[in-house]
Amino acid sequence: MRKLLLKSIFGKALTEKAPAADERALAELAEKVQTAARQRLGRSLSIRQVDAGSCNGCELEIHALGNAFYDIERFGFHFVASPRHADVLLVTGPLTANMREALERTYAATPNPKWVVAVGGCALDGGIFAGSYGVVGGVSAAIPVDLHIPGCPPEPRALLAGLLALMEQRSVTP
Amino acid sequence: MVTLSDIVGNTDRRWPRVEVARDVWEYARTQLAEGKWDLIAHWGEPDMVHVALREHGSGTTGILSLSARGSFPSLGRDCLPARRLERAIRDLVGLIPEQAPDTRAWLDHGRWSMRHPQGTPEQPAGPQPYAFLPVEGESLHQILVGPVHAGIIEPGHFRFTCSGETVVRLEAQLGYVHKGIESLMTGAPLERASKLAARVSGDTTVAYSTAFAQAVETACATEVPARALYLRAIMLELERLANHFGDIGGTCNDAAFSLMLANCAVMREHVLRTAQTAFGHRLMMDRVIPGGVAADLSTAGQSAIAALLKRIRKQFPAIVALYEDTASLQDRTVRTGMLRHDLAMQFGAGGYIGRASGRSFDTRKILPWAPYDTLAFETPLLQRGDVDARIRIRIAEVEQSCVLLRQMLDALPSGPIQAEVVPRAGEGTTMVEGFRGDIFAWLRLNDDGTLARCHLRDPSWFQWPLLEAAIYGNIVADFPLCNKSFNCSYSGHDL
Repeated sequence: MRKLLLKSIFGKALTEKAPAADERALAELAEKVQTAARQRLGRSLSIRQVDAGSCNGCELEIHALGNAFYDIERFGFHFVASPRHADVLLVTGPLTANMREALERTYAATPNPKWVVAVGGCALDGGIFAGSYGVVGGVSAAIPVDLHIPGCPPEPRALLAGLLALMEQRSVTP
Repeated sequence: MVTLSDIVGNTDRRWPRVEVARDVWEYARTQLAEGKWDLIAHWGEPDMVHVALREHGSGTTGILSLSARGSFPSLGRDCLPARRLERAIRDLVGLIPEQAPDTRAWLDHGRWSMRHPQGTPEQPAGPQPYAFLPVEGESLHQILVGPVHAGIIEPGHFRFTCSGETVVRLEAQLGYVHKGIESLMTGAPLERASKLAARVSGDTTVAYSTAFAQAVETACATEVPARALYLRAIMLELERLANHFGDIGGTCNDAAFSLMLANCAVMREHVLRTAQTAFGHRLMMDRVIPGGVAADLSTAGQSAIAALLKRIRKQFPAIVALYEDTASLQDRTVRTGMLRHDLAMQFGAGGYIGRASGRSFDTRKILPWAPYDTLAFETPLLQRGDVDARIRIRIAEVEQSCVLLRQMLDALPSGPIQAEVVPRAGEGTTMVEGFRGDIFAWLRLNDDGTLARCHLRDPSWFQWPLLEAAIYGNIVADFPLCNKSFNCSYSGHDL
């Protein structure tokens, strides 16, 4: 274990900086997230993820945000265990009929001010599952959505950029 | 004694399907009850029920179909793994399993826009309270968890009954992410149905796409080019690697040892980036299609996979050593969440869950398809059935996947990557080894190439009930650890 720990202390960090063009854009975004987030909510933004019926693909990429390459926590974004601790609900999936009440109750349990980010193609309008007897539609069929991040599933970088967009929008129109 | 091949007849087809009378159906029930045959899948149509079986010893596989008017004799009376499947048949098709021991709804929570969507649709009954099994005893308390969980994870409800810290019963209620995929597939053209199959369970999208494609190709007698078969298997092993890395780390993280997660998550990200480079999508979604594959592997892609293998060989041993040398971590994983061998056999548990409890079943070996029939690899097997054994199986499988990838890169054939699928009426059945275990696919095509019916059975159907057995006698705090070591699919199960 010592070797691994020493390597991670003295080795080069995996966490990505931004050399090329779109990589630089990400770094700029990251800078803005920091400023905007600090203005609104001190240094942190707490996120509660809710799977409202997804295939689990989006969850995998949301998970990836926490790895050493993306390290979402360096921007003050933090995943929390309860909606009662959350500022943002990050909702995936077409909204299934069987999850509708759970999503509504999760939303109700989240204190104001709160924002909802719908993640993935299905969360917009049910995607490929739209029209099923078991699917209500997109996330907005049950709760108000502030931002939609498209993709099937969206890549971690797109998720990060999307969360920034939310911060900017909220800063302009509080 | 009547064998399965006596019933399905001598045929060179791997999955012959025959219609049988009630007495043969009842005979199948006794063979299942005695553990002579394994239940592979069990599903319904409006006027028929099907059961896919595999005989121990001979390894014969086949499907029995029973014509059913409103009801059919329950297999679940004597065959535990059939029970939830029968409840699902009742919910979806409306056929009633006669004398079934458990008559509760399973996938239907009373919230769909109709009842019996695959049978004769009826008005929904409205939400009903779920009757959890009764518990009796002094000083018991219950803990209700879900459907919205604490982590970034799919939804499902778990009800723990505890004596102090010790779990004396866990009962799961699933179905929250039921999307009605099989109904959406009915009548769908191949392209759309293929996309639906790829989204049954996002973490195992390559395996589902492969199973769906193979079933279509069987039905249409399509000859898939050799290169496409290799590329599919390369994707399948990359998918296995990504999931094993993620879950080895995730399981250790649930024992509060985050250093393993940090290192494994980096390995996982390397796999996903390699997949992006090689096939143009991190999860390789929609890359396997009926007839072949949608993306060819360039020289750059091949080098990326070779570089990944080199990296794993260099970096993974230190991570394994970290696991093996950390006594405080082993203290949490050894003898925790024990799954008994007889239960693993009874439920036909596939994947690392079965293999960690002494059930050596690997579709790539037992019902091999090209190119696995010509590749050299081993299926690891352990007996103890605890969290530690499941982690060790996955570590060994990482090594085997690397062995397979190396061989496939060396022997990758050149040539086309797609064959034309000429649609025709017919049926196709197949089984594919996803990272979680065996995925079963059966479908019937109309002559215009649309789907008449498709059934996809996730390995989790036979693994979820075993989690309830494995947690028995463990402390509540070890549930996340046990659960992650199983990592059953919610979406694949709920469908």
